[in-house]
This record gives sequence, C-alpha cells and structure tokens, in this order.
Amino acid sequence: MALVLSPRGPASRLREVLTPLAAFAVAMAIAAITLALMGKSLKVALEVYIIEPMTSSWGLQEVILKATPLTLIAVGLIVAIRANRWNIGAEGQFVVGGMAGGAVAIWANGWGGFWVLPLMLAAGALGGLLYALIPAALRNRFGISEILSSLMLVYVAELLLDYMVRGPWRDPKAFNFPKSVNFDAAATLGPMVTGGKLHWGVVIAALVVLLAAALLARSLFGFAITATGEAPRAANFAGFDDKRITLAVFGVSGALAGLAGVIEVSANIGQLQPSISQGYGFTAIIVAFLGRLNPVGALVAAVALSMLIIGSETAQIMLKLPFDMTRAFMGLLLLSVLAGEALTRYRLEWK
Amino acid sequence: MLTMDLAALVLATIITAATPLVIAALGEHVVERAGVLNLGVEGMMIMGAALGFAGAVTLNSSYAGLAIGAVAGMAMAAVFGLFALGLAANQVATGLAVTILGLGLSGLIGQPFVGQPRPPLGALAIPGLSSLPVLGPALFTQDIVVYLSIGLVVAVAWVLNTSRAGLILRGVGESHSSGHALGLPVLKARWMAVLFGGLCAGLAGAYLSLVYTRFWSPGMTAGRGWIALALVVFAAGRVGRLVAGAYLFGAIMIAQLHAQAGAIGIPSQFLSMLPYVMTIVALILLSVSGRRGAGAAGSLGQPFAPDR
Repeated sequence: MALVLSPRGPASRLREVLTPLAAFAVAMAIAAITLALMGKSLKVALEVYIIEPMTSSWGLQEVILKATPLTLIAVGLIVAIRANRWNIGAEGQFVVGGMAGGAVAIWANGWGGFWVLPLMLAAGALGGLLYALIPAALRNRFGISEILSSLMLVYVAELLLDYMVRGPWRDPKAFNFPKSVNFDAAATLGPMVTGGKLHWGVVIAALVVLLAAALLARSLFGFAITATGEAPRAANFAGFDDKRITLAVFGVSGALAGLAGVIEVSANIGQLQPSISQGYGFTAIIVAFLGRLNPVGALVAAVALSMLIIGSETAQIMLKLPFDMTRAFMGLLLLSVLAGEALTRYRLEWK
Repeated sequence: MLTMDLAALVLATIITAATPLVIAALGEHVVERAGVLNLGVEGMMIMGAALGFAGAVTLNSSYAGLAIGAVAGMAMAAVFGLFALGLAANQVATGLAVTILGLGLSGLIGQPFVGQPRPPLGALAIPGLSSLPVLGPALFTQDIVVYLSIGLVVAVAWVLNTSRAGLILRGVGESHSSGHALGLPVLKARWMAVLFGGLCAGLAGAYLSLVYTRFWSPGMTAGRGWIALALVVFAAGRVGRLVAGAYLFGAIMIAQLHAQAGAIGIPSQFLSMLPYVMTIVALILLSVSGRRGAGAAGSLGQPFAPDR
C-alpha cells in the first residue's frame, strides 16, 4: 500500500477558480492555528489582517497602493513563466527602474516641466528592461541559467542604489543622511483627486492587466509564449525563435518591474533612499502563482496579498508580530497553491 | 615572521568562509545528480543558521547547535520533498517557496537571539602536521567541521562514482523514466538525495552563524545558498571542481572584506558586489571553456509521477 498520484482529466473552469481560493483558505487556516498556538488573539488578528484593511477608506486606499507594484511586476512574471522562463530578479529590475526614473527627477530638480513625469516613467521602464535583458542575453549566448543570474543581479542592483544615494546622488543639504533631494512637484506622480491617495499609477496597472490579458489570450505573441513554454520542440518547428522569446519575455517583465519601481519612487517615496522595495519583486512571484498565471487573477491575488502586508504593519504593534510572520505565511501560501495545482492534475490514490 | 603569521591567519579565514559553501554545494550536488533542482538551499541554510544558533544558546553547546541546524535543514528539505517529489509539483516554484518560508521562519525563530555572541568552536590541531610553518596553523589547526567537510567530499565522490547506490542515484537522475522501467526506486533515491542535501545545507547554515560570524542576524546567509547552487553548475559534475570553486569564492569574500577595511579607494558597495558578479563571470568562463551543460543530469528539474 502506498499513496500514488494518478492523472485526472482536464480541469473544469470552476475547479480552476476554486483551487487558488481553497489554497488561500488552507494557508489561512494553518496561519490561524499557528497564531492560536502562539497565544495570539484570533479575533484581533482577523480584525488587523482582513477587516480593517478592507473596510476602512484609509485601509482600502493603502491596499490598492500596495497592490499596484505587485500587479505590475506579477503580470510581467506571468508572461515569462508562461514561456517557462524564470525571472526571479524582478526585485533588481524594480530597483534599477526606480534608479533610472529617479535619475531623471534629480537631474531636472527645480527646473523641469510637464515632460519630467513621462520621461521618468519611460526611463524607469527602459532601465528595468535593459537590466532584465542581461540574464536573457547570458542565457541565449552562454546557456547560463537565468534563475541564478537574475537573482545575483538583485544584490548588484541593491548595492548600486546604496552607493548612489550615499555618493553621487546624496542631497548635500540632508545632514549626511543617505538620501537624494526630495523630488519636486513636476517629478511627483500626484493623487488623481485632491485629498485622495490613489495616483495615476493605479490606472496604469489596471490598463496593463487588460492589455496583457488580451495579448496572452488573443495575439500570436501570446500563443508563441505559451507554445514555447508548454511544447518547446513544437514551438520551434512552428518557427517561433526560442532566443527571441527569451529576450521578449525578459524585456516585458523587466520593463514592467522597472515601471513599478519608478512609480513607487515617484508617487510614494518622493526621493531615492538606500532601500526602495519591500521585497515586491519576490512577493510578485507568489502573486503570479496565486493568480494562476492569469493577469486578471494576478490582480485579485495582488489585492489579497497587499491586504495582508498592510495588516502586518498594524500587527507589528497590535499583536507584536514581526513582518517575518507575513513572509513565512507567503512561503506557506505558495506551497499551498502548488499543492492545489498538483491536486487538480493528479488524484491521490492508495495502491 | 609577522607576514607568515598573517598569511596563516588569512588562509585560515578563507577556509572558514569557504567551508559552508563546500558543504551546501556538496549537498546540492548530490540532489542534482539525482535529477532534482532544489532552489530551497538558501531557505534551508538560513533555517540551519537560526535554529542552530538558537539551539546552541539554549543548550549552551555549539556542537549541539550544529546538529540541530543540520536537522532543521533536513526538515525544510522534507517540506520540499513532500511537494516536489510527493506531489510532483514544479521544482523551481517549490524551491522558491521553501526559500521564502525559510527566510520568514528564521526571522521569527532568531528574533530573541539577535545580538547574543557565541564563543568560538575549539580548534583541533592535528599532531605533527599542525607544526608546519603557515600551512600548519591554517590547514591543520581547524575546527571539526572543516575536517568533516573534507571527509564528506571524499565520501560523496566515492559513493557517487563507485558504489551501487551511487550508480542508482545517477541513473534515476539521468532518465527517471528509464530508471523506473528498470525497476529502480526513483522516488526513494530522490528522497534520500533531497534529505541529504537539506542536512548539508542546514549544517552549512549553522556553521555560518556559530563559527563564521558567531552571531545571528536576519538574512545573514546573504545569497550564499544561491552561490552554492551556482557552484554546482560550475562544477559540471565533478566534485573536485566544486571544492576548488568554493575555496575560490571563500577567497573572494575574504579579499573584499580586507579591501574594505584597507580603504583602497574603491567604494565598499562595489567590493560587496564581487561575489555576486564573480558568480556570473564564473558561469560565463565555464561556458566559454566549452563545458556548458556537460555535467547536468538528464532529468534535472523535471517532476516525476510514475504512470504505473
């Protein structure tokens, strides 16, 4: 007698939607049991992690703001993962995007006009794109695993940012604090309505989701990506160039991560500082999987995870729970999603 | 005499810096020979570092800490195995999940221990050899884990290349369907390899917090698990190259620390980048030398679900 996997037929649409929901519920249940064992109040936890972020106007705005970079990055990762390319360096591309956009803001500080913001966004996307092309080119030219090279470049990007804000970009009036000048109004992605907090980046993210969904489902490019991911040999015979696909999907995911970076810097931070990301690039990997590699799914998943991240900020005070709790939960969630995927493909049987 | 002493000291610190890389990479080498790509090395390592340190402080014994760290790494490997082998889930995603889980859990576990110091692990001088000039104090007056790592390297090379178990392991790594058709225990062999890899990664992490830094700080593995993964690629199937690569990286890490302390005019951030940049450079050199993919097992990274 042993537990073995036996293949199931194709999954129904309903099962496709229910699987990530079930995975989320299972991970939440495990987290609740852990919290109870740690002697924390589950009532307070529910209040802090879910009810407050999702019901108060303050909380909802914060959730949407955090979901914006997560969605942008995750959509790019989905394009790459569908082609079976693993860009796990989105965190680095985010940082480089923030730096490229920030460079424009610092350069034009005090004299720039209406053109500064569009230029910043373009520079951010381009910066992320170029930085992502490094692992793609290394894979194409030298056969180097894009997983390892893209991850190594995260550390390089973070150290470069650290150097820039302590060196060439340091604000001379900031009393030796490692930060750049505060961006002026022309370089700030402001709120859509005065008094509110939501900025135009939110709209950009929503548009990117729609565009990506259409592109993946209806265009030849989308088909080429999926074909390359699922049947590389067949895709090759169909005339899709493997190396071009690598460059394309890395370019797209890098550009979106870079765009997320410049939006974060311009709209939320307002300057460059040694750390501009809270691990968005890594969290977005979980968002991509929880959203079942579907752009619209990723949007929903980004809101769910962003809710927990906002909650964890309150939880540090209310429940004395460090942010590591949320990070551990995210690992657990990804495992839970993967188990859900496996159980839609296989049935566990005693044999 | 002073320069000789300094040389011995530098050589000894290089060995201390390289040892966790040797152990973690050796473990992952076995895992990849069996056809499994475990990207959870970083997570297993950091759990070894946190639990090993916590255990050592609680039991007031660094040796107990090393053992606990190794078991912690193995426990994380069991989680990986449950999903990647038991449920035939995507190995890349499972490995990433284990790394994220490990980074979070280790932060929680290590929190009460931040800032606590540990005494150094005692050195064991090998009689006779330890009185050699320079090499004696550097190579033969080391702690037990350094000797253990060398023993482990020899044992792994011997088992993989000459024993029947090693043959089975490599066989199922090369082609799991052929192995399965021949009646070889594919999943069992992979489970053993994954658990061994976790044991090694956990021990490597515990060595890092208990011997190398002698304190715990969150995220202290700083990508060493990933460098270990790169070393396995660099080794292209040969244990000797793996050890040489690990010592080279140990040397780079120590060199950049000394350069930072020596204020040679290069900003410290660029020196800190060195290990990560060198990882990529090493992989490029490997490819240029024409050994690209020479050592990778045929079924590497592919999930296996027996059809009958």
